[in-house]
Amino acid sequence: MTVKQQIVISGVGGQGVLFVTRLLAEAAMMKGFPVLTSETHGMAQRGGTVVSHLKIGDFSSPLIRPYSADGLLALRPESLAQHAGFVKPGGWAVVNSAHPVQSAGEFLIASFDADTIAGSIGNLKSVNLIMLGAVLGRLSGDIALFCTLADIQAALNMQVSATPSKLKIFAAAIAAGYGGWPV
Amino acid sequence: MNKRMLMLGNQAISRGLIENGCALATSYPGTPASEILPTLVEWQQAENTRLHAQWAVNEKVAFEIAYTAAVAGLRSMVSMKQVGLNVASDPLMSAAYMGTVGGFLIICADDPGPHSSQTEQDSRMMAMMAKIPVLDPDSPAQAKDMIALGYALSEAFEIPVMIRPTTRVCHARQDVAVSPVLPDNRKPAFEKNPARWAATPKFRFRLHESLEQKLAGISDYAPTAPLRCNPGASGTLAIVVSGVAAAHAKDVLKDLGLWDRIPLYQVLQPFPLHREFIRHLESTCSEILVIEESTGIIEMQIADRHKVRGKASGTVPSAGEILPENISAIVAEFAGKTLSRPVLPASAPGRRPTLCAGCPHRASFFAIKKAVPRGIYTSDIGCYTLGLNLGAVDTFICMGAAISQAAGFYQAFRDDPKRPDIVATLGDSTFFHAGIPALIDSVVQNVRFVLVILDNRTTAMTGNQPTPSSGRGIGGEPTITVEIEKLVAGCGIRFCKTEDPYDVPAFISLVKSAVAYSRETGPAVVIARRACLLDRSQTESHHPFIRVRIDQKDCDACHYCIQHFECPALIAGGKDQPVRIDPAGCTGCGVCLHVCPKKAIKRMDHDR
Repeated sequence: MTVKQQIVISGVGGQGVLFVTRLLAEAAMMKGFPVLTSETHGMAQRGGTVVSHLKIGDFSSPLIRPYSADGLLALRPESLAQHAGFVKPGGWAVVNSAHPVQSAGEFLIASFDADTIAGSIGNLKSVNLIMLGAVLGRLSGDIALFCTLADIQAALNMQVSATPSKLKIFAAAIAAGYGGWPV
Repeated sequence: MNKRMLMLGNQAISRGLIENGCALATSYPGTPASEILPTLVEWQQAENTRLHAQWAVNEKVAFEIAYTAAVAGLRSMVSMKQVGLNVASDPLMSAAYMGTVGGFLIICADDPGPHSSQTEQDSRMMAMMAKIPVLDPDSPAQAKDMIALGYALSEAFEIPVMIRPTTRVCHARQDVAVSPVLPDNRKPAFEKNPARWAATPKFRFRLHESLEQKLAGISDYAPTAPLRCNPGASGTLAIVVSGVAAAHAKDVLKDLGLWDRIPLYQVLQPFPLHREFIRHLESTCSEILVIEESTGIIEMQIADRHKVRGKASGTVPSAGEILPENISAIVAEFAGKTLSRPVLPASAPGRRPTLCAGCPHRASFFAIKKAVPRGIYTSDIGCYTLGLNLGAVDTFICMGAAISQAAGFYQAFRDDPKRPDIVATLGDSTFFHAGIPALIDSVVQNVRFVLVILDNRTTAMTGNQPTPSSGRGIGGEPTITVEIEKLVAGCGIRFCKTEDPYDVPAFISLVKSAVAYSRETGPAVVIARRACLLDRSQTESHHPFIRVRIDQKDCDACHYCIQHFECPALIAGGKDQPVRIDPAGCTGCGVCLHVCPKKAIKRMDHDR
């Protein structure tokens, strides 16, 4: 099977953009796909805009070009305006927002109120994993993600197996996003 | 073993080091190179190999330690960011002449963009200046392979070898093959040879001649020769790429349908460029497009300038990162194709970085501005550079310059009737790195200024590496603790006092008395000591959680706290709306209690 997917994950420093990227990349690895990611480190991690590029399949470059991404996972409402230019026509964007968002291009768009869910599960720092769960639970058919909830759970088990308490909290956040529905 | 693992570029580099017998490794942290040394120690602990790894006080010291281990016959490496090599350039130039016995790699990470640096300088140019070979990887996997290649090259010619990854290699992740660690039974040996290891100018001339001979040999060395990426393509146009530009170009050529039409060459060793390759290009091509970051090193070695399209011809930008969309546009034009869509940037400007909620630096800057509202504020390289947002940083150049710039301003204004107060800020790690000589100089010249050492007991910006005062090494091993107060006193400073910046009134009053001392007497030092909140290794300095609230009646939405304090946990409401506190962000430092001019930020209790 030849899989080729390009996903942009965007947020601000401290939200766990890198962690979500890492989980998706590990899940791809475990399925035997070639993986390339590009990450933001350094000064921007101090609360500035952080963006990751994730490329699954036969690629050489770690960066995604404009109008080329299959999807955009936006951890903040303003991330959409900042990074919508990456999404290809017919692609998707899932945005963490309490309000419905306007389409910013020729692609599917959905908002998901991860902040409220994070509050309701008592873990305000889990927006990243709730959004990951939301994407896994919402995309299907032509735009289905390269991996399933079970794949992500397997990657999570491998990543945080040393701390079972964390594993439980993380898995709960992903499940909350997966089961929830946009406002 | 044929395992594959997802590795950060820097982790792939360190895997290459451990697999290829690196016995000594040194570094000073700097983005994007910071993770090379810590991940090397992780591999070493997992593989149980013999290795000395250490953070050094600065890149010059790191370089000299690692280089000398290679003089003693071991394989070694030093890693740093590009501006770190400026600091280590003195030993670099000499090490090139004297050469090595064991393999010696200088892993120097460049940052085109720049994403997290002061300059976009091309370290390959430093290799060229020093006359040593440099390898330019396109990906984590290739960076790992280049460690073996680099050690072999270094030992074949007894020469230091530079590996020059860029941010997009260091901070890319890729599935990379894990190979077994090769058994290494080297023993250190030092053969005394004053004509080489203690060469006077006469002998240096001979060493220089022999260096030129080595370079000639290296420009014919087959293992590092350029790769022909698409042997099926032919024609008189050619594209020459290196580093991550090569990775972008491979995808771009395929997407544009040019993979079978234009020969693509990937240069592994941009300096010295292989002589046979230059001859081949000049004899078979009518036009040669060269894409590389960030200076035209390859293009300047191609003698027939009329055929080259690159930086000098204006075809490829000389500043900024070369993104794949730029390469797409450049290659399309070179091939005479029209792109279906114009190249627009995919990213709009985002949010600027800021100091973390509860960062002790924010408290220090607020106090400095209160104590010395019209001062000149020189600063330095670290998280605290972000004091810029608070109007508490007027200048910074490079590591340690806060102190020398303070001296420069003082001497410039010395006879001015309105001589300004000068407050320099720099971090503890930066003080150790490059601040001490400048502080001694300020004592000798009696510079009237205040130095505030922002001592958070860690190298925070790059990921909380230890400093000489942390008392632990890279593997967590205990080390001797060097006390900043004693160092400051040893430099000859007579006013040196330490205070917790969270204690805002006491800290403001200390800065005021330091300024008064500096006006009357001479240089004064204030040490602002409070652990970095991100540094989980520092547990001894827990602060009670102070719960604060905004009094809705008293807050008149003047936004003073937002503009002058900029704590991410203080959220501006709309116009005329009171400021809110973000409970997820607040760390309970309680510093904001002293910030609001209307006293609308109130203390609830401290129950956590």
